[in-house]
Amino acid sequence: MSLGPYASFIVTSYLAAAIVVAILIGWIMIDYRSQTERLRELDKSGVTRRSGRSATELR
Amino acid sequence: MTLIDLANPSRFLALTARVLPWLAGATVILLAIGLYQSAFAPDDYQQGATVKIMFIHVPNAWLSMFVWGVMSVASLGTLVWRHPLADVAAKAAAPIGAAFTFLALLTGSLWGRPMWGTYWEWDARLTSVLILFLMYLGLMALWRAVEDPSRAARAAAVLTLVGAINLPIIKFSVDWWNTLHQPASVMRMGGSTLDKSFLIPLLVMAIAFTLLFVTLHLAAMRNEILRRRVRSLQMMQASRIAFSSEMGAGSREENASKEAGAA
Repeated sequence: MSLGPYASFIVTSYLAAAIVVAILIGWIMIDYRSQTERLRELDKSGVTRRSGRSATELR
Repeated sequence: MTLIDLANPSRFLALTARVLPWLAGATVILLAIGLYQSAFAPDDYQQGATVKIMFIHVPNAWLSMFVWGVMSVASLGTLVWRHPLADVAAKAAAPIGAAFTFLALLTGSLWGRPMWGTYWEWDARLTSVLILFLMYLGLMALWRAVEDPSRAARAAAVLTLVGAINLPIIKFSVDWWNTLHQPASVMRMGGSTLDKSFLIPLLVMAIAFTLLFVTLHLAAMRNEILRRRVRSLQMMQASRIAFSSEMGAGSREENASKEAGAA
């Protein structure tokens, strides 16, 4: 597979897409961990939901 | 499970927990197939190997408009039906749409330099997509600026619906004005002008990127629901602390008046 004289443009395009998608996935995963951690802390401090379920319960 | 059941955020969370691993798996498989087909697609007789940029540029360009379309439907859900998940869906989609629009602009620019001889041209298609990107950033800023999510949602919904005017302008800009950008070659009256050797990898990549958006969107919506749960629990905690300190102050005053009476 030869990419010809404009290989740098092609490779940069695919690399940029990979980096941006990786940042999106990483941001969403970190955000999820951060929210569940905050819910766990609230659960430990005795705050419960109106339904009586644990704060960390995903229902 | 009907659509109305999904109006309950708790049921939505249970559904995403079941669906997300399957969606992520399907996205990875389709992306792998699409990337393999893109790598071994033949060179174009005019563009040479730079045609490979199309397989990444076009799905991102489609998604930049599709995501705004999803946000517009969600905005209708906020303003008209007051669906509890509508503004969650719109807010969660904005950063993902902004990322796809950024990639469409960047890869388009990297494709334009060898083909047109310039990275950027202030023509109708490029400028209208840049405006779309700035509108995504503006919406994200609006959501961050207003603390109460329901107030922010209504303002953002109006802005999103007004911004939807830009979608047909982007789509038809290449027909209405004389632009450097090529006219539509896939979604057009009379069928696609692309050869199958380019069209099939392009469609596979477009479906893969759409699945990627659906996966990321559901995950981001789950995060947003959890963020709102954290916010409401923190407010409950704060009101309990305020109530107990008021009660404490009240009983101290009562004791003090009793002691004064006894004296």
